[in-house]
Amino acid sequence: MVFWLLCGVALLLIITPAVAVVVSVLVKAAPALRWSLLTNTTGDTANPGLQNAILGTLVLCLGVLVVAGSIGVLGGIYLAEFATGRLGSVLRSASEILAGVPSIVIGLVAYTALVVGLGWGFSILSAILALSLLVLPYVVKTTEVSFSQVPRSLREAAIALGLSRLTTIRKVLLPPALPGIISGLVIAIAISTGETAPLLYTANFSQADPTGALFHDPIGYLTYVTYTYVTLPGAQDQALASAAAAFTILLVLILIFGGRAITARQSKIMARLDV
Amino acid sequence: MILVRRRAGGLPTGPARVARTRTHELTGGDRVLQWVSGVAAAIPLAGIVFITVMLVFWAIPAIVYSGATFFTSTKFFIGNFYNPDFSVVNGIRAPFGATYGALTFIVGTLATSVIALVLAVPISVGGVLMLSEWIPRRLEGPLSTFLELLAGIPSVVFGFWGLEVFGPFLARHVYPALSHLGAVIPFFKGSWAYNGQGLLTAALVLTAMIIPIVASTTRQLVKRVPVLATEGALALGMTRYEMVRVVTIPYVRTGIIASALLGWGRALGETIAVLLIIGMFNSTPINIFGTTSTLASVIADDLDSALGDATGMAVRALAELGLLLLVLSLLTNLAGRLVVRRVSTDALPVGRGI
Repeated sequence: MVFWLLCGVALLLIITPAVAVVVSVLVKAAPALRWSLLTNTTGDTANPGLQNAILGTLVLCLGVLVVAGSIGVLGGIYLAEFATGRLGSVLRSASEILAGVPSIVIGLVAYTALVVGLGWGFSILSAILALSLLVLPYVVKTTEVSFSQVPRSLREAAIALGLSRLTTIRKVLLPPALPGIISGLVIAIAISTGETAPLLYTANFSQADPTGALFHDPIGYLTYVTYTYVTLPGAQDQALASAAAAFTILLVLILIFGGRAITARQSKIMARLDV
Repeated sequence: MILVRRRAGGLPTGPARVARTRTHELTGGDRVLQWVSGVAAAIPLAGIVFITVMLVFWAIPAIVYSGATFFTSTKFFIGNFYNPDFSVVNGIRAPFGATYGALTFIVGTLATSVIALVLAVPISVGGVLMLSEWIPRRLEGPLSTFLELLAGIPSVVFGFWGLEVFGPFLARHVYPALSHLGAVIPFFKGSWAYNGQGLLTAALVLTAMIIPIVASTTRQLVKRVPVLATEGALALGMTRYEMVRVVTIPYVRTGIIASALLGWGRALGETIAVLLIIGMFNSTPINIFGTTSTLASVIADDLDSALGDATGMAVRALAELGLLLLVLSLLTNLAGRLVVRRVSTDALPVGRGI
C-alpha cells in the first residue's frame, strides 16, 4: 500500500508541473494580450508587439519544413526500403545519436561554420540549417517507422504484381505511410518553434519583420523575446515576455497534439489494411 | 496500367529469371531513388562528423593555450580586450589576463544533471507504474496526455516559469524548510537568492524536463511485459505490489537504465532553461542553493561577449567547452543505446520523448 501511495505521489509530481507551467504562463500572459501584439513589432517603443517574432518563427518553420522535410523523408525511405545489414544500422545509430547532440552545440557549430566560416553573417539560412539538423532525426525516424508499419501483405502484393521499387513506394506504401510522415513533420515544426539555443547565434534577432533575404539578415522569433525580455526590469518588457511565452506554448501544444491525432488515425488505417 | 507497360517492354522469360527480376533487380528509377535517398540518409552521420571535426578544429588553439588548467581552474575570464598587452601561453596569443578554466561549469553541469536524474528516475517509474497498473484503463489515456504535455513544453518556457513562478515559490516556501537539513548535510546550510535562482532550482526544473524521456520509455516497456507472466503472478496469489516487484520491474529494468542515460544526456545539454534559472554566476556554489553556471548555458551566455575578442580566442575557448559537452552527451547517449540494444531497438525515444 505504501508502495502505491508513493507511486501516486510520483504521478502527481508528473502531472503538477505540466499543469502548473501551462496555467501560470497563460495566467501571466492574459493581461498582456492585445490585438496590437499581432500588428506591432518589438521595435515599436510606444506599444511593442510580436509581429516580427511571429512572422520570423513562421518563416523559420517553413524553411525547416522544406530542408529537414525533404532530407528527412528521403533518408527515412532509404532506411526503411533500401538499407540492409550493417550500413543500415550504422546510419540509423548515427541519426539517433545526432538527436542527442545538445542544441547549443549545433548552434555553436552553425555559428563557427556558417555565420563566420562561410561569411553568411547572422542569417535566415544559417538558422534554418541549424534547426533542420536538430530536427532531422525525428523526421527520419518517423518516416522509417511509418514505412515499416505498412502491412507485409501490401508489399507482397506489390512484388507479386511485378511493380518496381519506385512504383511500390509511390503507389502502395506512401499512401498508408503518409499520415505518420506528416505527424513527424508536424512534431519537427513544434520542436523548431520551441527552440532558442541554436538560433541565438545564427538567426540572432531583428526588431523588424523578416525581409526574405537569406544572407546577412538577422530574423526575429518568439522564443528570443521570452528569453531576453524576461530578464529586463520594465513592466512592458515583462508583459511582452509572457505574451511571447504564451504564444510559443500554444503553438507548440497545438502542433504536438495535432501530430498525435494524425498518428492515432494512422494506426486505425494500418489495422484496417492488414489482411 | 504500370503492369501493362512493363509487360510491353518485355518480361524476361524463364521462371528463375523472373523471380530474380521481381525481388532483386532495380529499374533505372529505383536506382535514382536509392542513390538520392541514400545521400539523404547519410546526412545525419555527416552532420555528427562535421560537428565533431568543426569543434575540434576550432578548439585546438584553446586546448593548447589552456592545457590542464581547463580542467583544474575555476577561473573563466575571457580577458581584458582593452589592454594593449596580450597573454601568451604555449605560443598562443589571447587577450590580457585570459584564463579558460572550466571546472565551475563541469561541476555545475554534473551537479544539476545528476540531481535531476536521481529525482526523475523514481518519479517516472513510480508514475508510470501507477498509470499502467493501478489507474483504471479508461483514465490511462487522458492522464498520459500530461506526459506529452510535459514533453512538449519548450525550454525557454520552462526557464520563464522557473524564473517568474517556481523559483520565487521555492525561495519563499520550500528552501526555508529545506535549510534545516543543513544541520545534518552541510550542503543545505546557508542562504539562497530571493527569487530562488540557483543550482537546486535549475536541477528541479531539469527534473521536470527529463521525466518525459524516462517515463515514455518505461511506459512502452511496461506495456510489453507478457500478460501471461503478470496474470500468472496474480494467479499465484501475489498482490499487485509483489507482481510489480517480481515480474514487471525485472522485465523493464534494463530499459529504465538506458532511458536514464538518455535523460542524463538531455539534462547535460539543456541550455536556455538552465541559463535563466541557475543565476549564471561564474563560481562553484558554496551550497546547494547557490548560483553557478553549466557548460551549455555559459556557451549561450558568453558567445555574445566572446565576439568582441579580436584574437578570436574567446570563441575558441567556448568551442572547447562545446567539445567537452559534446563528448559527455555522446558518451551518455551511446551508453544508453548500447544498453538498450540488449532489450529492444525501438523503445527508446529519439530526443525529448515527444
